[in-house]
Amino acid sequence: MINRSLSQQLDDLSKGEYSSVELTQTYLDRIENHQSLNAYVSISKDVLEKARQADQLRAAGERKPLLGIPLAHKDIFCEAGVRTTAGSKMLDNFISPYDSTVVSLLRNAGALSLGKTNMDEFAMGSSNESSYFGAVKNPWQVDRVPGGSSGGSAAAVAARLCAAATGTDTGGSIRQPAAFCGITGIKPTYGRVSRWGMIAYASSLDQAGPLATTAEDCALLLSAMAGADEKDSTSSAVQVEDYSKFLSQDLKGKKIGLCVEYMEGLDPEMSRVIEEAIEVLSKLGAEFMDISLPTSPLAIPAYYIIAPAECSANLSRYDGVRFGYRCENPENLEDLYKRSRSESFGQEVKNRIMVGAFALSAGYYDAYYKKAQQIRRLIKNDFLEAFKSVDAILGPTTPGPAFKIGANADEPQAMYLQDIYTISANLAGLPAISLPAGFIEDLPAGIQLIGNYFDEATLLNLGHQFQAQTDWHKKAPELST
Amino acid sequence: MSGEWEVVIGLEIHVQLSTISKIFSGSSATFGAEPNTQASALDLALPGVLPVVNEAIYPKAIAFGLGIGANIGARSCFDRKNYFYPDLPKGYQITQMDEPIVLGGEVEITLADGTAKTIRVTRAHLEEDAGKSLHEDFHGMTGIDLNRAGTPLLEIVSEPDMRSAEEAVSYAKTIHQLVTYLSVSDGDMSQGSLRCDANVSLRKKGADAYGTRTETKNVNSFRFLEAAIKYEVVRQTEVLESGGKITQETRLYDPDKDETRPMRSKETATDYRYFPEPDLLPVIIDDAFIAKVRDSMPELPAQKRARFHTEMGLTDEDSRVLSSELGLATYFEDCVNICSDPIMAANWVKGDLLGGLNRDNIEISDSPVTAQAMAAIIVRIQDGTISGKIAKNVFNAVWEGKTDSVDDYIQSEGLVQVSGSHELEPIVDRIIANNPKQAEQFRSGKTKVLGFFVGQVMKETAGKANPKQVNDLIISKLND
Repeated sequence: MINRSLSQQLDDLSKGEYSSVELTQTYLDRIENHQSLNAYVSISKDVLEKARQADQLRAAGERKPLLGIPLAHKDIFCEAGVRTTAGSKMLDNFISPYDSTVVSLLRNAGALSLGKTNMDEFAMGSSNESSYFGAVKNPWQVDRVPGGSSGGSAAAVAARLCAAATGTDTGGSIRQPAAFCGITGIKPTYGRVSRWGMIAYASSLDQAGPLATTAEDCALLLSAMAGADEKDSTSSAVQVEDYSKFLSQDLKGKKIGLCVEYMEGLDPEMSRVIEEAIEVLSKLGAEFMDISLPTSPLAIPAYYIIAPAECSANLSRYDGVRFGYRCENPENLEDLYKRSRSESFGQEVKNRIMVGAFALSAGYYDAYYKKAQQIRRLIKNDFLEAFKSVDAILGPTTPGPAFKIGANADEPQAMYLQDIYTISANLAGLPAISLPAGFIEDLPAGIQLIGNYFDEATLLNLGHQFQAQTDWHKKAPELST
Repeated sequence: MSGEWEVVIGLEIHVQLSTISKIFSGSSATFGAEPNTQASALDLALPGVLPVVNEAIYPKAIAFGLGIGANIGARSCFDRKNYFYPDLPKGYQITQMDEPIVLGGEVEITLADGTAKTIRVTRAHLEEDAGKSLHEDFHGMTGIDLNRAGTPLLEIVSEPDMRSAEEAVSYAKTIHQLVTYLSVSDGDMSQGSLRCDANVSLRKKGADAYGTRTETKNVNSFRFLEAAIKYEVVRQTEVLESGGKITQETRLYDPDKDETRPMRSKETATDYRYFPEPDLLPVIIDDAFIAKVRDSMPELPAQKRARFHTEMGLTDEDSRVLSSELGLATYFEDCVNICSDPIMAANWVKGDLLGGLNRDNIEISDSPVTAQAMAAIIVRIQDGTISGKIAKNVFNAVWEGKTDSVDDYIQSEGLVQVSGSHELEPIVDRIIANNPKQAEQFRSGKTKVLGFFVGQVMKETAGKANPKQVNDLIISKLND
């Protein structure tokens, strides 16, 4: 039952092949047996009871879209009465008194919460090594990183420790771990999913989305998660589509752009993966053409100004006064602030707060923050131009497969380059999906499709059709216990 | 104080907008609740919360802008102002930096000698208030009350156009009058609904450049504002005349000691690292919305004052007093609409009514004599039912709650004026007959004794006689 996709599990549950309790217990056992992956931060105490209720509802004829499906939530989503840490010592003791919109929407759709997954501290990282709760291991090769920041979610899905998981993506934090772990993950258009209750890293870039084994599952989850929310002013009023309806559409005549800037200097193995994907999609009727995103080389520097600038303010609320970590015996107010923050934030978080505060400071604002915002506009314009002639843009999700734990530990800038292909979609606010598309050195490799604003349907359609012709998404790592 | 210094004052006035809920959360903005009972997850800045603008702030801010003839920003954007303080839960204040909702504008103030002066307004912007730090009662610790955190404020920044404490107070009172007229704020200064920061500097008379200024923060009464500025002027004069330099700094006014003292130095002040608030999208304010606000605005105090003078024929002083507060002006106009005699209404409202309200410390809205009752009294004077003297008795009776109907009271107490010659003639005849000596004096030219006869008639009629008629009747009888 664990190698069935979420959509198949829903079928199985409705046919009575097994119960939600059995499915949930299976996952709980697996989580227990594979604790060494460190994918979870906490396990829900009442999930079996909830599974029992779901089974009863199903027996009574209830047909919610995700009824009885055990999901895992990235520990960045607040859940009422549940410890929510954002991977930080700062929030080690924080029990949220309220629900995030994502958690409550999925619960209303009938899904169960198995627990909270590990993540880079405050979603800052591309390897899941910055978590206060320790690095997550890539289930394909446990000396490798799972990617980040949604590394726990990606590892849990890949290792079949849940049916699917939620994640957030600020610069690639859903897509890069999905690629590293051989699963499917979509970052929706900015504003498609409410950010209420999702602990902020960089407000203008953060977006929640699902991680699952298939595009079909992502469509099902996204349909439940998306929508306008009066609690989030930046959420969009654009009508949410039933993404599952578009999955079977024919790809004939679909135009896919290949970004020349992304294809240049690509790792040969990654090139091979892309070429094979082009062949599959071409056979399905998609047409390929070269396009240019001339500003794309500036995406990383612009991102590493804007995201830190926003985070420097977003993380000011963690001051030891009202909740979270407070240092012992503060001498005075300044000591309280300094020690509470310096004793509980990790190095990467500190780096970004410092960079962001600097970029916003008097005399540097125009040279850094303002300039970065201008670049952001240019990047968006590049995409708008490209989408006049194509339906989606294909490229690699990452420069290469998962690297070894510790490999980039001392080189933050090398780590930042991990996001080179994913970051532009965040800066422009566009939807993008990562699909498993092959292996490099026995490690999964992912391709990325970037779509036009609110055109998640096309990305999921392309993904589903691609997965109908390939079986990369069906491959699961063999776990040692 | 030496005569060679010119005082330069600019004010920043924080006005609390009178909305039901806070600016970015649904919490109640009511004053005076138990600490932290009006603080939600958002007000506490819990992880993951997001602000949503309370749209009720826009018509209020725009009405103020229109009231001072300012430009209204076509886009309303918010920015984050970053600093750490325990009563600022997010570690940043959401405010407007680059694109304030109100730009420019001016107000006219009246100086002590009656002349007018224009004070320019630089800008007014929307922002959230911080909470309160409570230093007493916690034995070396500080208590934080977040009830006020997130209360909507309009910060009104003036140009440095004022030249004395009196001008500054007059400007602050004019702003207070305007925001209460327009229902932008309840203006209750005892609850902090209007707070002033005074920027004060001195320069040599005739100099172009401004001197170094100090900013005295959070002055919450007009009296303290005047005292604080006066203290600063004396202090700065002493510093400058003894060859010293003014330090640019923030100061606090202590009303108990009547002095200002330094709070923190601006030289070491925080870099606020302003940047656009990414959690809130720009709001477009179109002309139709502005027109709607304009249409719903009441007449402004300056317009009312001019109309009272030119159309109603009131004196300048009466016009000023009666237009000073919307409640008072409305009372007066309601009264005039019924009695159609602005002059008499002005005399009564300014005299007996305001006198009574001041004496008993009552707000006009709670006046025991309503505008309708006031007008009814005036109508009965006009139609000769009662005399002015009796009218005062009636007014007092209504004030004291002895009656709520002017006409019923006049009837039941038998206060109807004795008029018409058929009632008065026999009384006058009898009094003349009983006082032949005084009658003779009158006829021989001592017309002063007329007062004696009038007094006798009034005594006889218990004051109910129409004085003018009594006068005329006595004269004609004596001259017969």
